[in-house]
Amino acid sequence: MSDLADLSITSAHELLDSGETSSSELLDAVLKRAGITESHLHAYLTIDKAGAAEAAARADERIAAGDGAQMTGIPIALKDNMVTKGVETTCSSKILSGWIPPYDGTAVSRLKEVDAVTVGKTNLDEFAMGSSTENSAYGVTRNPWDTERVPGGSSGGSAAVVAAGSAFAALGSDTGGSVRQPAALCGVVGLKPTYGLVSRYGLIAFASSLDQIGPITRSVEDAVVVLEAIAGHDVMDATSYRGAVPDFRAGLSAGVAGLRVGVAAELLRDDMQPEVLAATRKMVDQLSDAGAAVRQVSLPSVEYALSAYYLIAPAEASANLARFDGVRYGLRVDGETTEEMMARTRAEGFGPEVIRRILLGTYALSAGYYDAFYGQAQRVRTLVRRDFAAAYENVDVLVSPTSPTTAFSVGEKSTDPIAMYYSDVCTIPSNLSGDPAISVPIGLDDAGLPIGFQVMAPSLGEPVLFQAAAEIERLADFTARPRLATSEVT
Amino acid sequence: MPVEIDIAKVAKLARLALNDEQLASYGEQLGAILEHAERVQAMATDDVEPTSHPLAMTNSFRADVVIPSLDRDEVLSQAPDSVEGQFAVPRILE
Repeated sequence: MSDLADLSITSAHELLDSGETSSSELLDAVLKRAGITESHLHAYLTIDKAGAAEAAARADERIAAGDGAQMTGIPIALKDNMVTKGVETTCSSKILSGWIPPYDGTAVSRLKEVDAVTVGKTNLDEFAMGSSTENSAYGVTRNPWDTERVPGGSSGGSAAVVAAGSAFAALGSDTGGSVRQPAALCGVVGLKPTYGLVSRYGLIAFASSLDQIGPITRSVEDAVVVLEAIAGHDVMDATSYRGAVPDFRAGLSAGVAGLRVGVAAELLRDDMQPEVLAATRKMVDQLSDAGAAVRQVSLPSVEYALSAYYLIAPAEASANLARFDGVRYGLRVDGETTEEMMARTRAEGFGPEVIRRILLGTYALSAGYYDAFYGQAQRVRTLVRRDFAAAYENVDVLVSPTSPTTAFSVGEKSTDPIAMYYSDVCTIPSNLSGDPAISVPIGLDDAGLPIGFQVMAPSLGEPVLFQAAAEIERLADFTARPRLATSEVT
Repeated sequence: MPVEIDIAKVAKLARLALNDEQLASYGEQLGAILEHAERVQAMATDDVEPTSHPLAMTNSFRADVVIPSLDRDEVLSQAPDSVEGQFAVPRILE
């Protein structure tokens, strides 16, 4: 397997730096791969061949001038809820079909500043609401390991292209696990940074107090490289973190000797897939053998995190999605009055899961129910944060499975919202707390599907998060590749 | 017990023109989801402060300088309807 499309960013950067390859060649390799895999996966909604070719040419000039950064010339994909100037952005919704944004989001413009190469826009669950990428108005994305199965979601397209080799990395967004869970199901690395570390300007808002952009990559170090390019304060996002960005590389080769690793019983539940539990426990043992001090911790309120999340996220979504009303962009369905036009546009333009969550959020925020539902959910959020704070007095990081199961079949959970919501039981707590978390692939289940292992750290604890994740990556030595990324498929 | 909700009222508040069949279906689904969500009421007590945001921050100020706005024609080119440089909607006042 010597295809350029399968290289890590760090390896590709070395080849670019030494002149052994060019950005245009890297782009050709991922486009060639996409030409093979896309008919099976449908992971891209838009491939911007012309824009990417121009960007690759610019990158090659910059590298030739000796001015290349780590991300310069690297082909990357963007989840289609990040606005891109001049390139259609749909959020996988009919309501934004054909919308050409007049500006770039900050994460996008920061990648452009270093001349990273945007290949295209990836499929997602409409407005990032879902855990399978089945809730897209433009069709289901499939898992490169088994095309009868989902890639996870909502950043399923981003995870699938990175696993398949049709991009070197991708940006996703994580509101309740939407980067980490698809990364786990597709056997790649997925990071949700500390809330506020990456600007949300130009990320079409789902739940503003939970949303965070994060990289999906094929190695832990690649996640660091992408994060370095996009992190840092932005005046265009009032919730963007104003302090200095930590040194993400500080612990990358430090190992875990003496590191205190917490295991919470609440995140290792008997109703999880046995192979996932076994792989998780095996990795905990390996960490212990590598010198980590493994401790049992308790996060009692995590039991209620899922319920709180499914009030808070829809409540914020119902407010954020009010802007889609047929006035300024996207779809309009005519009506006699403005209100009728808006109500028809929204009923026609939004898919069922989005409507379900708007209704849920509207109800939870409405007079008479606000305190019983939304207020109580916010109090549970406080309890979750207290549990994490108490745990971090005794441990440096927490670990768990990323997802209770490996990739499930297309259609398996699409008619049962509550079963689908349970996919995020291990990932949601970090969104409620605002803390960083990462998923690292550690093995395969009996069906040959990847298993993800989650590491969590306190806010701005990315250095220790990456320290643990890098060692887990070494211990797991996960080298399996999906069938679709190998020469067996043409 | 599934929670009983006035789904037609909620749909009106959310500006969603749903037919009777859709209303019945969403009403049933929401009732089941809210039954789960009600668990939060058993957990949290009144002496716990609500968290609305993960960052403890107050006002966020930027320098008071003029920066270019988006191009009006470019923005309006994406609108379903516009008149005289402005967004247009169906008549509101008679």
